Amino acid sequence: MRALAWHGRHDVRVDTVDDPEIVNRRDAIIKVTSTAICGSDLHLYDGYIPTMKAGDILGHEFMGEVVEVGPGSTLKKGQRVVVPFTIACGSCYHCGKQQFSACDNGNPADNQDIAEKLYGQPMSGLFGYSHMTGGYAGGQAEYVRVPYSDVGPIVIPDGVDDDKVLFLSDILPTGWQAAENADIEPGDTVAVWGCGPVGLFAVQSAFLMGAARVIAIDHFPKRLELARRFGAETINFEETATYDALMQMTGGIGPDACIDSVGLEAHGLFVDNVVDQIKKSTFLGTDRIHSIRQAIVACRKGGRVSMPAVYGGIVDKFPLGALMEKGLTLKTGQTHVQRYLPGLLNAIMEEKIDTTFLISHRMPLEQGAEAYRMFHDEQNDVTKIVLKPGMASAAAATA
Amino acid sequence: MTDGATNSGQDDAPLATSKHGDPAGETGGRMRETAGDQITSRAVTINRPRTELYAYWRDFANLATFMENVERIDVKDATTSHWVVAAPAGKTVEWDALVTEDEAGSLIAWESAPGADVPNSGRIEFVEAQGGRGTVVTATILYDPPAGVVGKIVAKLFQREPAIQARRDLRRFKQLMETGEISTNAMNPAQAAAKEV
Repeated sequence: MRALAWHGRHDVRVDTVDDPEIVNRRDAIIKVTSTAICGSDLHLYDGYIPTMKAGDILGHEFMGEVVEVGPGSTLKKGQRVVVPFTIACGSCYHCGKQQFSACDNGNPADNQDIAEKLYGQPMSGLFGYSHMTGGYAGGQAEYVRVPYSDVGPIVIPDGVDDDKVLFLSDILPTGWQAAENADIEPGDTVAVWGCGPVGLFAVQSAFLMGAARVIAIDHFPKRLELARRFGAETINFEETATYDALMQMTGGIGPDACIDSVGLEAHGLFVDNVVDQIKKSTFLGTDRIHSIRQAIVACRKGGRVSMPAVYGGIVDKFPLGALMEKGLTLKTGQTHVQRYLPGLLNAIMEEKIDTTFLISHRMPLEQGAEAYRMFHDEQNDVTKIVLKPGMASAAAATA
Repeated sequence: MTDGATNSGQDDAPLATSKHGDPAGETGGRMRETAGDQITSRAVTINRPRTELYAYWRDFANLATFMENVERIDVKDATTSHWVVAAPAGKTVEWDALVTEDEAGSLIAWESAPGADVPNSGRIEFVEAQGGRGTVVTATILYDPPAGVVGKIVAKLFQREPAIQARRDLRRFKQLMETGEISTNAMNPAQAAAKEV
């Protein structure tokens, strides 16, 4: 099959590799019809995530048709499914508590060592996201082996477009969980750092959960425009002093809840960011954390900070004093995707949540390398790229 | 407490986590038939009833399913089993093991018969976890530190550190018991058989 593989920093290629086969009883093989590039794929592209190996197949947002099932799968050939990016067994203590991204078993035994050392306990497996999270081949490919297929994938009714439901795989539940973790109360003001896909879904989710106002913060005008479409007020941090603006816009109180959907590659020429950048380039630190610092400092006393953004390592200059003195609650974590799928599929079907607005580009899988370059370099115009393995053969046929 | 073998009465921590002294020597009263000088132990909580976990483990032939280096274990009688363990260069190391303690549903202890290349003993305890979380499984392995030619083989065999092998094997045991299969990132059965990481 054809699959997009990582070969190093800013080097991804579409290679020909062996087709996946059923290995375990609960496996299914999915023929991919749509697969998106995630903002967190750019962390891999930029070389910030350790334990990547040349040839690793990327992609954790994908859906497709079931073409093969193991004897323990509950799926049927021909069904269309969206696959969660988290690989969870459904049988362990954490899965029983619906904490699917904390699954004990989704990550293979040998791969758990690194995460156990780094984080104390290993997390679930993830598709296409380094060997620390399992070394699983990802979904930017023609076919994917999906373990525990009786737990993860959600079956999509006939007649519903891929574009409408594809984001159930990651960014929609991630934005939803971000808002849920902000414990929004009616009348709240919610500030959202980062108007990428997760931030934009967090904006929609916050309003659905009863927020009176949402203030969205970014520096790409087109992304701020999308946030405005869903009723958010906006702050362009290149034009505006964000903290000062937030304080004035909230009458000196500060936002009741702050959501950081930016993460370890925060942009902007701020003093702390520059220092983080130097530390990162000299291996004294791993993550740039400007956005979470600002969220904690801006948040109102006794407020909530939700952090869906991806961080991987150790940081300093974390405003621990502000967190403690103001009595803030900080909630975070990889998304428990499986928990939210039925409810969010309903919300899409009832048109309570708009998903298709996000897609700016649809490209053949064969143009995957170009797609990564565009998503990386042209973030104002490129909000989301969906790769279609199907388009590859069509394009080849007409070439 | 899940294990009486605590850290010399200083606190309630398990013996093998001590920073001081000679934990292996101090197991005398606890592991009656100790064979070996080094100790490694680890606990894992498995979301299954302890009788089921005990029964699977007590049939030693099953252990090869999740113990990566064990090629096979032949059960000879109620207390004796013959272990065949893969070694570098296609070789194997073999020994007989004798069950020294056996409490149905709670505890199995074994040790290698006299004359084994790698004197070793093991103990596995099954204690009901609080809050309906299943069973706390605590494995303790004692073994001779590697020395000489055999030592080199043993070091490679145990990936230089029996603790690494033990924790990975315990994770596989948990996966198998909880999910019915052992998680793998293999793309096909051939890769899975080759145990790629």
